Amino acid sequence: MSQEAEAIAIEHLRHDTERRAASEKTLFGFWVYLMTDCVLFASLFATYAVLHHNTFGGPSGKQIFDMPYVLTETLLLLTSSFTCGLGVLSARRRDKRLVLVLFGITLLLGASFLGMELSEFRNLALAGNSWRRSGFLSSYFTLVGTHGLHIAIGLLWMAVMMVRVKRGHLSDNMVKRLTLLSLFWHFLDVIWIFIFTIVYLMGALGV
Amino acid sequence: MIGAFANILGRLTLNAFPHDPITIGGAVFMVGSFLAVMGMVTYFKRWKWLWKDWFTSLDPKKIGVMYMVVALVMLVRGGIDALMMRAQQATSVGASHGILSSNHFQQVFSAHGTIMIFFVAMGLMFGLINLVLPLQLGARDVAFPFLNSMAFWLFVAGMILVNLSLFIGEFSAAGWLAYPPLSELHYSPGVGVDYWIWSLQIAGIGSLLSGINFLVTIFKMRAPGMTLMKMPMFAWSVLGAMTLVIFAFPILTATLALLFLDRILGTHFFTAGGGGNAMMYVNLIWAWGHPEVYILILPAFGVFSEVVATFSRKMLFGYKSMVWAIWAIVFLSFTVWLHHFFTMGAGADVNAFFGIMTMIIAIPTGVKIFNWLFTMYRGNIHFATPMLWFLGFIVLFTIGGVAGVLMAVPPADFQFHNSLFLVAHFHTMIVSGVLFGDFAGIMYWFPKVFGFRLNERLGKYAFFCWLVGFILAFVPLYILGLMGATRRLDHYSASLGWQPLFIVAGVGALIIALGVALQILQFIVSFVLRDNTRDNTGDPWNGRTLEWSTPSPAPFYNFAHIPEVSTKDAFWAMKQRPKNEKDKELPYHDIVLPQNTGVGVYIAAGAFLFGFCMIWHIFWLAALSLLGIIILAVIRTSRDSHEQVVSASMVERIEAERLRGGEAV
Repeated sequence: MSQEAEAIAIEHLRHDTERRAASEKTLFGFWVYLMTDCVLFASLFATYAVLHHNTFGGPSGKQIFDMPYVLTETLLLLTSSFTCGLGVLSARRRDKRLVLVLFGITLLLGASFLGMELSEFRNLALAGNSWRRSGFLSSYFTLVGTHGLHIAIGLLWMAVMMVRVKRGHLSDNMVKRLTLLSLFWHFLDVIWIFIFTIVYLMGALGV
Repeated sequence: MIGAFANILGRLTLNAFPHDPITIGGAVFMVGSFLAVMGMVTYFKRWKWLWKDWFTSLDPKKIGVMYMVVALVMLVRGGIDALMMRAQQATSVGASHGILSSNHFQQVFSAHGTIMIFFVAMGLMFGLINLVLPLQLGARDVAFPFLNSMAFWLFVAGMILVNLSLFIGEFSAAGWLAYPPLSELHYSPGVGVDYWIWSLQIAGIGSLLSGINFLVTIFKMRAPGMTLMKMPMFAWSVLGAMTLVIFAFPILTATLALLFLDRILGTHFFTAGGGGNAMMYVNLIWAWGHPEVYILILPAFGVFSEVVATFSRKMLFGYKSMVWAIWAIVFLSFTVWLHHFFTMGAGADVNAFFGIMTMIIAIPTGVKIFNWLFTMYRGNIHFATPMLWFLGFIVLFTIGGVAGVLMAVPPADFQFHNSLFLVAHFHTMIVSGVLFGDFAGIMYWFPKVFGFRLNERLGKYAFFCWLVGFILAFVPLYILGLMGATRRLDHYSASLGWQPLFIVAGVGALIIALGVALQILQFIVSFVLRDNTRDNTGDPWNGRTLEWSTPSPAPFYNFAHIPEVSTKDAFWAMKQRPKNEKDKELPYHDIVLPQNTGVGVYIAAGAFLFGFCMIWHIFWLAALSLLGIIILAVIRTSRDSHEQVVSASMVERIEAERLRGGEAV
């Protein structure tokens, strides 16, 4: 009888190890995915680098970038990354209420960032400076817009996760998924730093 | 009413359906064969079996077989395109204008290239990896089984889009890489280029997912004791290829997206005016395209490494140098893309750099060639069919490689650029390298998957048809290229004297077609006579690596016990060890495997619909299909467990049944 119990215990241990291995695979796989996304952005950055002088009689970056506005956007996104990190820490402590609060703040900050970006795009387009205007503006809208699209996907993911956290409990699997989400969110933050530097700061300097 | 209806369907009108006799013939043939297959499945009441046992399966061996089937059907489709081109060029001279119109000819060569690279070579490669890689690593599955199924179905969605263009609308007439400004809306206003973009985009995302999947599989799922430097060489070559996939395919995704933005939103990335830069497209597409060549060839090299060691009954010569050669190729393949357009005018310094890098990449490839030759040296060589494919490869590939080094010299390339010499060169690399490798792999691993060997005699006939046909089809193209014939010609003057060589090339293509027919016959005959070639040992070739340690066909859980590895060529080492009775008494354990699911099929169906609607500007339906994909993804990830447990007693029963004689299983 005890031998049987032992066998069952061993079997459980094996399943446990397998599950841990599975979680490790997911984490590694997600890092690899982020790497591929990085290459995607690298292609868009390269495109921007090639085309950013091709204004074709339209405005250059220096003429259209509103730096205080972009700085506000940047601060919103950086703060959201901070609250997202805190959210994962509280998820590890299984503090469900705090997770909801912190990811809620992250969601709001992210949505405000996206709203500001869309309004910036709208104003540019209304002033006749849409993506159709020149090679420079095509590459600008596409690079920044692709980042915005990722933010939108991240927000959607975050909303779905929050509903799930609210309904269920913080299982190991949920914590793992929140960790992946935060990795994604921090990754977008890093991409934004590059956009802020290369597109906006260097653009404002006219480099 | 009709106007409103037309609006709902975007650009899709009755005019989209074919009008000219050849297209109608092709469309009727394809629809006919499709309906015939559907009818047969219905007649034999196999739908449920097909859906439950195959389409929704997450077993990599089954996914691998499905990849193979799709790729071989596409080989026939792309082959028919090739025959049409050969017929056109053999007859369209002087007053005669051949069988195809100019525009149709352009669609045919664009479709041929696209299909052969994306849906034949890629399909065969991913098929082989699915069949073999987990078994070689001593694993029961890939890292992300669901992703694997989804990637396969995305590949199928892309494949259907390419073929759909035959009877709804048209295909791209801008070549297999759709260079702008020709591929821009201004010069290609139809749906052809959009078909090209979306079929590649969807299949390409599938390839990217597969790349991530297999990379993680290799890093995280090797059997205990199998350090990286004890992996079979095929696994190493897959690791190299998947690394390339991860770095190269996102570039393709971005490039296709930019071209589509140009076409649909009026951006100016690659347009002739508006501040666009068409040369940037050429750079971007080849920054993906050159690594892509190595993505295809590295796994084929891996197959040859396994085949030559097995059939020479020797350990692979120079294992470490093979590994280093793979990684040198991986690195260097990102530093040579400009050799595809030396004539673009980047300047002497840039051309010199890329020319030298191109010559350097021939060195690790040469290392591999010599390693294979030294593996054969003093080996006990068995001339089984996989070995014949290898021998054909090593001769043709070396010739093609030397032609490549010739073109790596920029001043010489100004002569060869866009000539048939180039066409002959890359066909030598891809046919004798990639295809021969994949064929060798199919012959070699077939018994592991199906439990019986393929007919050797027909296999050898097929090989010799391919070999002779290939030489007849492509040596004339080398000569024609040197005589000044450019690629993609649909007509030429009789005074040039090219026609005899084109006719020889056409005869060569027919002999290759005979080879393909023999291969199909080989499958049928081998299936009918399968009792004569049944593999009851699990090790029909006296193999060296772990896949041969499990019975044939491999059980769905691959290994009842996960093997422990202490050397490279692990199974060979096991065979040398005296039989230990204790080995058989190991207790069986529960095996956890993923449950079958149709979600991968549904998501790919959504992607197909999305692509189709973007091509035809049916935006409301595109939005709906995107929403559908998102909902499916949310549902799929909302469940915590997708596993099934195969109990230890069940494993024991299956294994016991196998020992009694595999027929029942």
